[in-house]
Amino acid sequence: MASVDIRNVRKSFGTTEVLHGIDVSVPDQSFTVLVGPSGCGKSTLLRMIAGLEEISSGDIEIGGRVVNKMPPKQRDIAMVFQNYALYPHMKVFDNMAFSLKLAKVAPDLINRKVSEAAEVLNLTEYLDRYPRQLSGGQRQRVAMGRAIVRDPQVFLFDEPLSNLDAKLRVQMRTEIKELHQRLSSTSIYVTHDQIEAMTMADQIVVMRDGIIEQIGAPLELYDRPHNTFVAGFIGSPAMNIIQGRMRLEDGKASFQVNDEIEMPLDEARGVANGADVLLGVRPEHWTFTNGQAGVPLDVSVVEPTGADTLVVCKLDGHEVLASFKERYEFAPGERIRLTPSPGNIHLFDAATRERL
Amino acid sequence: MATTTEAEQVTPVGEDSSWYERLKHNRNWLGFLFMVPAAAILLVFLAYPLGLGVWLGFTDVKVGRPGQFVGFDNYAWLLEDDVFWLSVFNTFLYTVVASIFKFAIGLWLAVLLNRHMPFKSFLRAIVLLPFIVPTVLSALAFWWIYDSQDSVISWTLIEMGLIERPIDFLGDPNNARASVIVANIWRGIPFVAITLLAGLQTISPSLYEAATIDGANEWQRFWRITLPLLTPIIAVVMTFSVLFTFTDFQLIWVMTRGGPINATHLMATLSYQRAIIGGSLGEGAAIATAMIPFLLAAILFSYFGLQRRKWQQGGVDD
Ligand SMILES: Nc1ncnc2c1ncn2[C@@H]1O[C@H](COP(=O)(O)OP(=O)(O)OP(=O)(O)O)[C@@H](O)[C@H]1O
Ligand SMILES: [Mg+2]
Repeated sequence: MASVDIRNVRKSFGTTEVLHGIDVSVPDQSFTVLVGPSGCGKSTLLRMIAGLEEISSGDIEIGGRVVNKMPPKQRDIAMVFQNYALYPHMKVFDNMAFSLKLAKVAPDLINRKVSEAAEVLNLTEYLDRYPRQLSGGQRQRVAMGRAIVRDPQVFLFDEPLSNLDAKLRVQMRTEIKELHQRLSSTSIYVTHDQIEAMTMADQIVVMRDGIIEQIGAPLELYDRPHNTFVAGFIGSPAMNIIQGRMRLEDGKASFQVNDEIEMPLDEARGVANGADVLLGVRPEHWTFTNGQAGVPLDVSVVEPTGADTLVVCKLDGHEVLASFKERYEFAPGERIRLTPSPGNIHLFDAATRERL
Repeated sequence: MATTTEAEQVTPVGEDSSWYERLKHNRNWLGFLFMVPAAAILLVFLAYPLGLGVWLGFTDVKVGRPGQFVGFDNYAWLLEDDVFWLSVFNTFLYTVVASIFKFAIGLWLAVLLNRHMPFKSFLRAIVLLPFIVPTVLSALAFWWIYDSQDSVISWTLIEMGLIERPIDFLGDPNNARASVIVANIWRGIPFVAITLLAGLQTISPSLYEAATIDGANEWQRFWRITLPLLTPIIAVVMTFSVLFTFTDFQLIWVMTRGGPINATHLMATLSYQRAIIGGSLGEGAAIATAMIPFLLAAILFSYFGLQRRKWQQGGVDD
């Protein structure tokens, strides 16, 4: 087992720089998820850790050794690819045994390791099949099996679940997490799905356009997003961001949407009177007041999902989403009043979009 | 079948007027009807000449003189004919040696061209050149290259002081064999290289990445990933290559006409010489017919032996 340290790593393809100085420290035995929108450079970073892409500048350390110039083989890592990259001409057994055979491991030890891995992954009865004869989920497991037989220091996953259907994805998510707990190996997992990131990670690295926006534990990102990007990216449905102005009067702070609508704040957080700010409230943090207090909103659509009731409203012409555990039956066009639950108001600077 | 019932409902089926109506709506009959043009073309342009050729092999037809059926006489003579057996030997030598080199060099070129490198498409175009040049033209070029007095190769070697007098490329039996084989290899490489290159491009790069991470070096990646995944295409390409080489005629005819002393006669050139030049159509046809079993064997070998792989079957998705 080993930690992975990424220090001021940059990557350019030709003259375009796609990673602009990445610093991440992945603790030993942790499950770190790299998440971000498409094209932000997650795969590139992962492939640099694997040794499939050259490092333009900076250092990558695995287990305390700088691996910048080391070929993948010596890095003691295993990788699960998005398209699984199973060898089509080899049976499941041989797919899993390939690395061990190349390393000239004794045949009976190979047998033992592969059958152990197959057992863990419920693949025992498929060992004699070719990849074509397997379902998507089974192929995915073979890809994992190929990684775990090697007993590597670090597991790398590049969107391993994105080719599966929604239900299977949830199931495999759990299986990967269980596997990680069992093997307690350092894992770095790339996804663009924030739910996957939230549910699986010990540590999430949110990336955008080749830079890191925030690193932290899932709930930390959820509770204290550093900027509006992270606020909008983590959590589903996404956080409502409302434009407005800070108003300080008699030592009391409030957030003004317009001349009529105003929300009391518990503190000004150092913002000057009249400054432009953005207020963030997650849909699940609205409370229905049933009275005169709270912000007035006009209901436009109600979407009951069974577990929650999603209500799309309009606030001063802007769309605001609210989600309730209760089964409210609002009519479209109805005016309701909601208040953000205390302690769940996020404030961001309107210009820098940083948290206040 | 829906059409049949509909038609029957619409048209009242009378006793005598109906055969045409019934045929018009009969699936099998219609299917047969639609097949007729294709079948006719195949029969007239493929089966008829082939049949005629085989039939000629059983007659003693000469050019300008109708002959008669002689059974296996032509074949009996051939069995005794040393020149025929020499041509069989030459054909095999030519095919086997040329095919091995075409395969090896073609695969090597394909792998090189599949790499990321500057002027990639330009180099690919260059490789195709021997294929584009008409065979006769390239044969003439080789004929000149192999000239007993003015050969560029001899000239270069003499200038370099490696040899003293020009090499007699096409005059000495073994030199002639080697020379025509080299010409054939040169001519056949593009087909093999470009087709294998197309095959290489179907192999997903992530397989190589996975193998790299699994610890395979370049050599192991080639043996364990590239080659096995390429076998189906290799089988097809090499079948065609063997067929083309086995039946080659133009190169030899332009360069040596089968000489010296029949050293480069292939079955195809011998057949032509006997049938058209010598006028013994029956004997020439018999020689040509004798090639058929070998060609069939080559096709069957690749079809059953190499082409279909288990890992390609099963699984309907992707
Ligand atoms: N080989 C390459 N040559 C040039 N540019 C590249 C190359 N590979 C990636 N890029 C660029 O680098 C950027 C990051 O790509 P990367 O594949 O890392 O994105 P990603 O975050 O994994 O996205 P996705 O979620 O879609 O997989 C993209 O803008 C992409 O166009
Ligand atoms: Mg990616």
